[in-house]
Amino acid sequence: MSQPAYKEKNIPIPASDPLTHIREMVQACIQCGTCTGSCPNAFAMDHTPRHLWRMVLMGQIGDIFRSRTFVLCSACYYCTLRCPRGLPLTEAMAALRQIAAKENIGMHRQSIQFYKSFMDSVRRYGRVREAEFMTHYFLSMKDPFLPIKFAPLGMKLMGRRKIRLQIPLKGEGGLDAIFRKVEEIEDM
Amino acid sequence: MLLLLLLLLLAVHLIKSKIKSKIKSKIKSKIKSKIKSKIKSKIKIMKYLYYPGCSLEGTALEYDISTRAFMNAMGAELVEIIDWICCGASAAEAVSCLLSLSLPAINLAIAEEMEEIGDILAPCSACYLNLKKVEEKIQEDPELLKKINIVLKEKNLHLHGRPRVRHLLDVISRDMGPQAIRSRVKQDLSDLRIAPYYGCQALRPYAVFDDPESPRSMEPIIEAVGAKIHRWDMGGRCCGASLMNTKPEVGLMLVTAILREAKGADAIVTVCPMCQMNLEAYQKKASSLYGEDLSLTILYLPQLIGLAIGLPEKSLGLELNLAVAQEFWDKLEGISKRADER
Repeated sequence: MSQPAYKEKNIPIPASDPLTHIREMVQACIQCGTCTGSCPNAFAMDHTPRHLWRMVLMGQIGDIFRSRTFVLCSACYYCTLRCPRGLPLTEAMAALRQIAAKENIGMHRQSIQFYKSFMDSVRRYGRVREAEFMTHYFLSMKDPFLPIKFAPLGMKLMGRRKIRLQIPLKGEGGLDAIFRKVEEIEDM
Repeated sequence: MLLLLLLLLLAVHLIKSKIKSKIKSKIKSKIKSKIKSKIKSKIKIMKYLYYPGCSLEGTALEYDISTRAFMNAMGAELVEIIDWICCGASAAEAVSCLLSLSLPAINLAIAEEMEEIGDILAPCSACYLNLKKVEEKIQEDPELLKKINIVLKEKNLHLHGRPRVRHLLDVISRDMGPQAIRSRVKQDLSDLRIAPYYGCQALRPYAVFDDPESPRSMEPIIEAVGAKIHRWDMGGRCCGASLMNTKPEVGLMLVTAILREAKGADAIVTVCPMCQMNLEAYQKKASSLYGEDLSLTILYLPQLIGLAIGLPEKSLGLELNLAVAQEFWDKLEGISKRADER
């Protein structure tokens, strides 16, 4: 056998096995493929959900985080509803996202930055402010074409006064203490 | 002697009839008070702790406006949860599991502390699921509740775990019911064909008020307002949710499939700001990409019912929708013209 997949480029080597928790979630998987058959986004995935769970059980960290499967989960909960083993598959997908966010895996940067910008806005204001969070997202992506893609919808929403332009802020926010405590507990 | 006996008999008879009438009146008053208390308790049920959520303050403003107007017209009271915060949407779960449970838990704890008692009402399906998830999980896992409360202590809050979280569609279809709506209908909508769209998170994973595989809870309501139902099996399919932002090419395919199946309907009715936005905002893009006309009116459920029970368009925020086709306005106008002629 060749060397472990995560030793290949781009994938940081985690200190402890981050998959342990997720492996427990899908331990009873019988590889029936009901999840794949139920997934509305399976057509766009490089590995089907069924295949991904097998990879989790086999500990193929590198291949898992190089895959775009878990980023394509739209949390419709069809797989969770239909899994004959009653496994929390949507939550397992989210757990993979959480690892990718924590490790800041390069190829998933767009998704990661989108959700992180969103949560930063919540951390500052307690509620999300769309225009402000999207500005942060655009700035973090450093892609001059990205704002243009969102411009038509943004203008429509502004015309109806559904979103307001706002200068992005930095610094202490209303939910800092909560976010800090969560990080502290999760690092334990 | 005989006279005495007669008198005695008479007395016994009198007493008997008195007792009978007393019992009768007692039963009557008991039934009356029972009915009264039943009506009272029904009025009590019609009070909700309202959690609008971030979308309803921004991109889904008309969902908030029409929900408040509709609930008010139905005699239900909404008490907004004081200083509520974001539930975490689909973003918190992508970053941290504990955070995705702590944010909704803060709102539940605030609701518990409020003076008013009632179910928590969330019109947004993502908010509903996030709040509901905490309600369900802490019942199975007291250790988790302890953990959450350690986080909540930072805000001097404590969650005991009593609140009941309800989706707007659940409240409309089970607390109010089609009968109450039908009795208030003023506008005949029989010319309209409506496609009921439920989306995902109001139905799954928690099957509370509808069949998560083939949902039907909106049908009696649409029938109650007099409109026809566009039968399809896309009602519970996924709209792509936030994929429209992170993976737009995939999101667009899901939306296209839904819009295509809705052809023949005058409008799709939704119960979620994310579904609404995905279905209404990308119609032009989808139409040009697939070379077919996919434009269609998309309304929120309380907007449709509001029109039927005669609430003014302004109070339903209809001018804020992104996709209301001219044909839809024409049909509505035709309907009200015919009503005037009659």
